[in-house]
Amino acid sequence: MTQTLEAPLALLAELSHRCPLQCPYCSNPLELERSSGELDTANWLRILDEAAEMGMHQVHFSGGEPTVRKDLEDLIKHADEVGLYSNLITSGVLLDEDRLNGLADLGLEHVQISFQDTEKENADRIGGYKGGHEKKIEVAELVRKVGLPLTLNAVVHRQNIENVPDFLNLAVELDAERIEIAQVQYYGWALKNRAAFIPTYEQLKQTTKIVTEARERLKGVLVIDYVVPDYYAQRPKTCMGGWGRQFLNINPVGKVLPCHAAESIPGLNFDNVKDHSLSWIWENSEAFKKYRGTDWMPDPCKSCERAEIDWGGCRCQAYALTGDAANVDPACQLSPLHEQTFGLAMKEATEEAPEFIYRRIGSDEEQDSPVFAE
Amino acid sequence: MDRIVVGKSLVPEFPRGVKFRFNKAKEQWVLLAPERLLVPDEIAVEILKLCDGEKTVESIVSNLAERFNAPKEVIVTDVISMLQDLADKGFIKG
Repeated sequence: MTQTLEAPLALLAELSHRCPLQCPYCSNPLELERSSGELDTANWLRILDEAAEMGMHQVHFSGGEPTVRKDLEDLIKHADEVGLYSNLITSGVLLDEDRLNGLADLGLEHVQISFQDTEKENADRIGGYKGGHEKKIEVAELVRKVGLPLTLNAVVHRQNIENVPDFLNLAVELDAERIEIAQVQYYGWALKNRAAFIPTYEQLKQTTKIVTEARERLKGVLVIDYVVPDYYAQRPKTCMGGWGRQFLNINPVGKVLPCHAAESIPGLNFDNVKDHSLSWIWENSEAFKKYRGTDWMPDPCKSCERAEIDWGGCRCQAYALTGDAANVDPACQLSPLHEQTFGLAMKEATEEAPEFIYRRIGSDEEQDSPVFAE
Repeated sequence: MDRIVVGKSLVPEFPRGVKFRFNKAKEQWVLLAPERLLVPDEIAVEILKLCDGEKTVESIVSNLAERFNAPKEVIVTDVISMLQDLADKGFIKG
């Protein structure tokens, strides 16, 4: 890096990997951290201090399920005190009106609740948690009742993609400010269950059309963010705004990662907040330096006019599909594996969907090898 | 919720969940919203500082016209178009 390193914009705080749900597309790594190793309150409070001192703007409390932590109140209060905008990313199922009121009073700014479907039986089947869908609706209503803004995170895939219009209606009915129509991204558990989730190219195109129309129709009423499965993309996504450029992620035991999936790349050494300050890690951690900027890039990335736009796409995806995280992201049409990736997605999408492997500690029995690795 | 149409009589303010803050470490004004962040330019900062839930768009325009010695007719178009854009993105309510 020749440029000065700017502080990250936001911190993703994965407070715990514990979660009552078992979504087979969970973004957590296959090797889940157990509760015994979780960072204590004092460490999290110090992290928030350091994040604010560095000039970071926002903190997203996530997990697993962040509300399993009894000290969530202390952390939200402290985030507000140090001037960090706090966002709670939750399944909602453990929340009630009293706790929500308390969190709002302590300075929580926003709540995001994930939904598995709009049909309750299917939603509960996907989440592996009976009664979850109805509870989520109830909690979403409570979020609005206590006056907090609400985002619906609608996780979309071949087993619910026809319900995108209903997801949009649900968001309007619940008086949400915002909805994320987030097609599953294939890392961790989702990669393991990819064939059960990936839609066809035609389904994707139809959904994009629905979202484009809804954005016009609901302008000023509902903000719609849209994430597509990049196996069908022409250009890669600007993953995390570039490796080690805008975000950092702290996992439940204190490891600082450039993104939530970074542990899927073998050979990277992550530093821990128990050993170093956050700013030291941001500046010096080998894992951050490895793919930061453009120096690491292979061609055609390095000479690409989009090198500093998409920053080479996604390293975790490059590893998952090619066996080398420094390869061109196959989502890019300049990757030699681009066509093959598209074909793989279409093949899986048109075959019968396999059974889910649910997200549980220990259900990751076999080790995956990269798809196209030699 | 219906779409907000910004006109001269609207009293713009920030909805709950939207914060207009000065980041001391970065010495920069930012507009923070759920999982989004805008860094307004200098002119936008001057407009946003006046969005206090009390002043109308018209009085914001008068204030700016006086302080920056510029014609109201020009300023009003800029202020309305900026606030409309922000309202459509959920950063401003009336």
